[in-house]
Amino acid sequence: MSPQPSRRLVYRHTLPIRIMHWINVIALSLMLFSGLQIFNAHPSLYWGNRSDKGKELLTLDAHQDSAGNLVGTTRIGSLEFTTTGVLGVSKGSDGTPEVRGFPSWLTVPGAGWLAMGRRWHFFFAWVFVLNGLCYVGYSLARRHLQRDLWPTRSDWRGIGHSILDHIRFKHPHGEEALRYNILQRLAYLIVIFVFGVGIVLMGLAMSPRMDAVLSPLVEAVGGRQSARTIHFIIAWAFVAFVLIHLFEVLISGVFNQLRGMITGYYKVDAGKGHTSDPDETISAEERSHD
Amino acid sequence: MTDRRSFLRIAIMGTASLIVAGCDRISQSSWGPKVLGKAEGLNRRVQALLAPSSAMAKEYTEADISSVFHPNGTTMPNTPAYQTLMANQFRDYKLQVDGMVSHPAMLSIDDLKKLDTRTQITRHDCVEGWSAIGKWQGTLLSAVLDHVGADPQARFVVFHCFDEMDVDTPYYESVDIDEARHPQTLLAFGLNDKPLPVPNGAPLRLRVGRQLGYKQAKYLSRIEVVKSFDAIGDGKGGYWEDQGYEWYAGI
Repeated sequence: MSPQPSRRLVYRHTLPIRIMHWINVIALSLMLFSGLQIFNAHPSLYWGNRSDKGKELLTLDAHQDSAGNLVGTTRIGSLEFTTTGVLGVSKGSDGTPEVRGFPSWLTVPGAGWLAMGRRWHFFFAWVFVLNGLCYVGYSLARRHLQRDLWPTRSDWRGIGHSILDHIRFKHPHGEEALRYNILQRLAYLIVIFVFGVGIVLMGLAMSPRMDAVLSPLVEAVGGRQSARTIHFIIAWAFVAFVLIHLFEVLISGVFNQLRGMITGYYKVDAGKGHTSDPDETISAEERSHD
Repeated sequence: MTDRRSFLRIAIMGTASLIVAGCDRISQSSWGPKVLGKAEGLNRRVQALLAPSSAMAKEYTEADISSVFHPNGTTMPNTPAYQTLMANQFRDYKLQVDGMVSHPAMLSIDDLKKLDTRTQITRHDCVEGWSAIGKWQGTLLSAVLDHVGADPQARFVVFHCFDEMDVDTPYYESVDIDEARHPQTLLAFGLNDKPLPVPNGAPLRLRVGRQLGYKQAKYLSRIEVVKSFDAIGDGKGGYWEDQGYEWYAGI
């Protein structure tokens, strides 16, 4: 009788992947915060090429009520919501209410300072793009993309099952936890190639110099203001992804997941709830050497 | 539940505030803005590579023109020199052209109209994020540079304006010779088939097709051909540049 260890550590994330992951966390956060600073300079969104008054899709605005207090409003199309304290009007760095789209705790810099917001944004835009290119190049070369992210035929067949598992917050254990499931694969692929590529292209589509060569793209999405609107929407889609990602990390074993992305080692229950298959153990071993 | 929610709210706001506060210290340090500003040179070089200097800004149709071309910044210069010219419908206006040129000149709007002119319907993109489309009529800056015999050694054209942003701080801007000689770079005297209105920069303003709004200097009084703009204003090449905005306004 050979006593099988009930748990073992598997080398799951290689050093370059871990480094690029955390660079991405920093770059995305700072681009969001500085992006909201830039947005605050003109807190309205439009469709088409022009910013026509009265044609706003979304506006963060402010007015004074009869008592003279500042009221912040958020208008989406013809719907208007009072959002004092967060959107339209919020406490500035000195603690008094001021007219500003997004609040100071969500913008870099905290106070209204467009020139500095742009510096942060464009610096980390380069970090984001170069880091993203390194990630895609590395993942292709090491077959991470093809092997771990690209869905297999059996992944597609299990999509119904995977959706049910996610709704029930059921997470795989043992060796199965080492494999990305179909929803994870699709989420990562969409985030990288639709959100990531899309937000960079929409950012470039706002550049007047780039538009001298990118105008077919600008017109294809509806115009420069449409590109700005899509850029804004994708930014919040990234936020939604990050919230879901953090939620999944929290409920699937936060310490194990964090250790995985910091040291590379991820703990799996060997043999629990599934029959020990020597081939699978080998494939997990192979993984640890890649 | 309420406890958990308020804990979450405090946790999120607290984390965000900490990041913002840390970034603010970097923004106010002596090295932070310089390091972050490195992106400007990269943007300029890479964009020049991807969108060559000959590339043209998209031109629109009459149907695309904004019904109101939103005037931003100064809309009525209050300097005596400007007020005097305006009182006489700019009939006495003359643009001073000097610096590294072989024949410095004083050019009236009629003189400018005798040089090569161009009409273009182009988009104006403000650094704040909004866009407007207008039909501009003006003289090619390259024609003016040829007319005065600009020195081939010169590197920049500086635009001095009538409007003062602060006491003794007139608006000014600059572009490099490449941008100055681009066929869509105009000294515009007409907007939407009418003489340029005062809020939009009467009687003469700059139009640069491929840069942000703050480059499009209004109320031009003088253009100066130079090798360097270090000695002008605070030396950053423009009023907004002196306030920390990028000199390269292609993005």
